[in-house]
Amino acid sequence: MTAISEQIRHIKWRAIWRQVYPAALSLILALVIGGLLLLVSGRDPIAAYQSLLSGAFGSSNRFTETLVKMTPFLILAISVSISFRCGIWNIGAEGQLILGAVASTWVALSFSFLPPLIILPLTMIAGIIGGALWSGIAGVLKAYFNANEVITTSMLNFIAVYLLAFLVNGPLKDPEGFNFPQSALIDSSFELPRLLEGSRLNIAFIVALILVVAAIMYWRSTVGFRTEIVGASRRVARHIGLNVNWTIVLVTLISGGLAGLAGWGEIFGLHFRLIEAIAIGMGSLAVVVALLGELHPIGMVVSAFLFAALVVGGNAMERSAGVPFALVDVIQGVIILLILARSYIFRARAS
Amino acid sequence: MTNDISVQMKGVTKRFPGVLANDHIDLTLHAGEVHGLLGENGAGKSTLMNVLFGLYTPDEGEILVNGQPVAITSPATAISLGIGMVHQHFKLVRPFTVTENIILGLDEGSPLLDLKAAERRVAEVAEQYAINVDPRALIHDLSVGQQQRVEILNSLYRGANVLILDEPTAVLTPQEADDLIVTLRGMAEQGKSILFISHKLEEVMKVTDRVTVLRGGRKVFEALTKDTDKQQLAREMIGRQISDLERDESAFVMALAGAGEDLGIEHHDVGSSQKQAILTVSDLHVKDDRDLTAVRGMSFVIHPGEILGIAGVDGNGQRELVEAITGQRPIEQGQVWLEETETTKWSTRDYINHNVAVITEDRQKEGLVLEFNLLRNAVLKIFDRPSFSKNKLLKFNAIDDFTGKLIDGFNISTPNPQVEVGTLSGGNQQKLILARELSQSPSLIIANKPKRGLDIGAAAYVHQKLDDERKRGTAILLISGDLDELFALSDRLLVMYEGQVLGILPIENADIESIGLMMAGSSRSEIASNRSS
Ligand SMILES: Nc1ncnc2c1ncn2[C@@H]1O[C@H](COP(=O)(O)OP(=O)(O)OP(=O)(O)O)[C@@H](O)[C@H]1O
Ligand SMILES: [Mg+2]
Repeated sequence: MTAISEQIRHIKWRAIWRQVYPAALSLILALVIGGLLLLVSGRDPIAAYQSLLSGAFGSSNRFTETLVKMTPFLILAISVSISFRCGIWNIGAEGQLILGAVASTWVALSFSFLPPLIILPLTMIAGIIGGALWSGIAGVLKAYFNANEVITTSMLNFIAVYLLAFLVNGPLKDPEGFNFPQSALIDSSFELPRLLEGSRLNIAFIVALILVVAAIMYWRSTVGFRTEIVGASRRVARHIGLNVNWTIVLVTLISGGLAGLAGWGEIFGLHFRLIEAIAIGMGSLAVVVALLGELHPIGMVVSAFLFAALVVGGNAMERSAGVPFALVDVIQGVIILLILARSYIFRARAS
Repeated sequence: MTNDISVQMKGVTKRFPGVLANDHIDLTLHAGEVHGLLGENGAGKSTLMNVLFGLYTPDEGEILVNGQPVAITSPATAISLGIGMVHQHFKLVRPFTVTENIILGLDEGSPLLDLKAAERRVAEVAEQYAINVDPRALIHDLSVGQQQRVEILNSLYRGANVLILDEPTAVLTPQEADDLIVTLRGMAEQGKSILFISHKLEEVMKVTDRVTVLRGGRKVFEALTKDTDKQQLAREMIGRQISDLERDESAFVMALAGAGEDLGIEHHDVGSSQKQAILTVSDLHVKDDRDLTAVRGMSFVIHPGEILGIAGVDGNGQRELVEAITGQRPIEQGQVWLEETETTKWSTRDYINHNVAVITEDRQKEGLVLEFNLLRNAVLKIFDRPSFSKNKLLKFNAIDDFTGKLIDGFNISTPNPQVEVGTLSGGNQQKLILARELSQSPSLIIANKPKRGLDIGAAAYVHQKLDDERKRGTAILLISGDLDELFALSDRLLVMYEGQVLGILPIENADIESIGLMMAGSSRSEIASNRSS
């Protein structure tokens, strides 16, 4: 049997390469198209990309800032990838993140008399539950009423966004906040410890890395296998006696819980209060990062890092080179298109 | 038969990662002939036909249609060159009528749809080739055999001169297969060329004018059918003398090749024995998907070491019966027992956990996940057992070893266990299911058409395996439309008609003819009285 396992190791590398190069190609093509757009609009693409690069990596501070941005991207990508591999097109990461943020902030503000060692795990659990409940609605509707999850999760996103706006303008509004739409600050003892002096990089980043390992284990576990069987064919899954409906609900709960955890990290690691813009654009970015990473935990580490660099660098580029941040949106859009086209292009080439 | 050449394939080569599926194959197809394509599972038959139909681009070689070199880059090109293909999995839109399906995607010359005229044209073509279908019937009301006729009609309507049929009879009842053969002969007489793939030598001898045998991707033999015989074809396919095989196996192969040798299987006489039954079904009632009662009051038992064959025309409730006694379909009334346990309310999982093996009818949609590799499919049902997982983590080494054993044991041809199961040849997919299901020392095996798509060597192996299982004391429920298979293996035969048991008889007392009549719905007393009068 050693022959077989050796063979497998050999094949694995080839398989990895086969997965990686289309993604790399998509990214490069997107950057080239972005560059052409810059050229057409009369700007120097080289200079623009230079300022993007130095914006993302130019100093240790910028580099850690890229890691700070990467944290929610990575957690959300892992969240949606579990749904996707189960054949559930959950695009509700944004709403689930908001609910996680709301629930955990509420716990921190309401029980501020508790010691940090109790409040931190408590808020974490609250965040997970908040996100899971939100996605669970879509999961139950899909499993038992066959409601399309693309529609339910995006509706739930709208509701979450308006709920958040209502809360920070009403019940949770900071009385001393000069009328800004935001909640009161959480007690400073609840803030997540920083990893480096003078940077915003905090424990949430470590949580994200732990989740990567957990995701790898998940796909090597019986639950992960069950998830993929249900994702591949509901009919086969039923035929071999798997509980398809329960698997769907379970997977949406896990996804939502992780998204809620991302919300918790944003509050306790970065903002320390609820703000209206906490999740803007995160939902769609999570999907792109997940797809570009081929829904694989390691792949998503790479793509989350790249996208964080793109966003951080894009902000710097706008400031220093005067190139609108919209360029980053264009690159993101082109990547989505290429990823969608890719399965078609590569399949056509294979046969 | 004229000698005009309609299609010529020269040196066609097709490689897949790790596999040379077609190795410089030459094939000449004459107008007005039925050309049989034979070979073991994985020999490259389907690949060659997919190349001809434009589904695969060949790596080397050329194809001439009516003497002109052509590049067939897509099925659309193939159709425009007059080449049609009937796939094993039909591509019909089920809620549509026959005519609607046929004209789907065709440019009928006018932007407005004249369904009446189209129906008339479809009926004309059907009449010309004596194909019996109602142009106005809805697809989902048609039997498998009728749907296949629609597919053939579809190709003819699009002006096919060459028709490819990949294992068309695998899904048909013997009667439907006979009808198909008549249809194909009729088409050949009108000048069409037909490529016919089958593992059943009997019908190959009956329908073809010429045969080509592939082995390991190469063409090894070609002859006019009248100049060869079944034994020679079997030898060419297997590539060695049948006497070289192990004794048991060779007996099976010869029997399957129709050489008439006695199989030497001892049929048990267990009907009267006192042994505790393994499966007991009593007064079973089950509904089908349309909520009509499909199984009505069936009762039977299977004893250890016994094969109970179920003879019946497809669609008489066999599927619903199997689903009910494997926990996939609720039981409306009646009881099921496994040994001393009542299992009427058991779930599919319960049956799997008690090692009830099921060889499903529809391997592609139920038995396998085509986009998973062999490793994952091998443990699809049992990945959560202690041998393959610990603390909820899969044991990949154990899965590797297990899969390796299945591959070796059943001689599954695959470049490696990491390839997607969808890339295996049809017969090798079936072998994987069989290997998996028989691997867990089952106490009960429910085998629905276990031989479907297998070459004669593999079919013989399966027969032998089932026979071994029987000797081990396993109870086996064998469902098949193939009477030869049923007679070769069963100890007792149950004839099923419209969801009921028409009779159960020991194999010694059964003869093919009266079973055939019973399958068509005549009761035993009727047959007896017809005989005596
Ligand atoms: N799409 C594919 N990708 C990779 N390998 C393939 C693909 N299709 C076929 N093969 C391989 O090519 C070989 C020939 O397969 P093919 O389906 O032509 O066999 P076949 O003669 O039709 O067998 P069967 O009687 O079992 O249907 C097999 O080894 C198979 O694994
Ligand atoms: Mg085939």
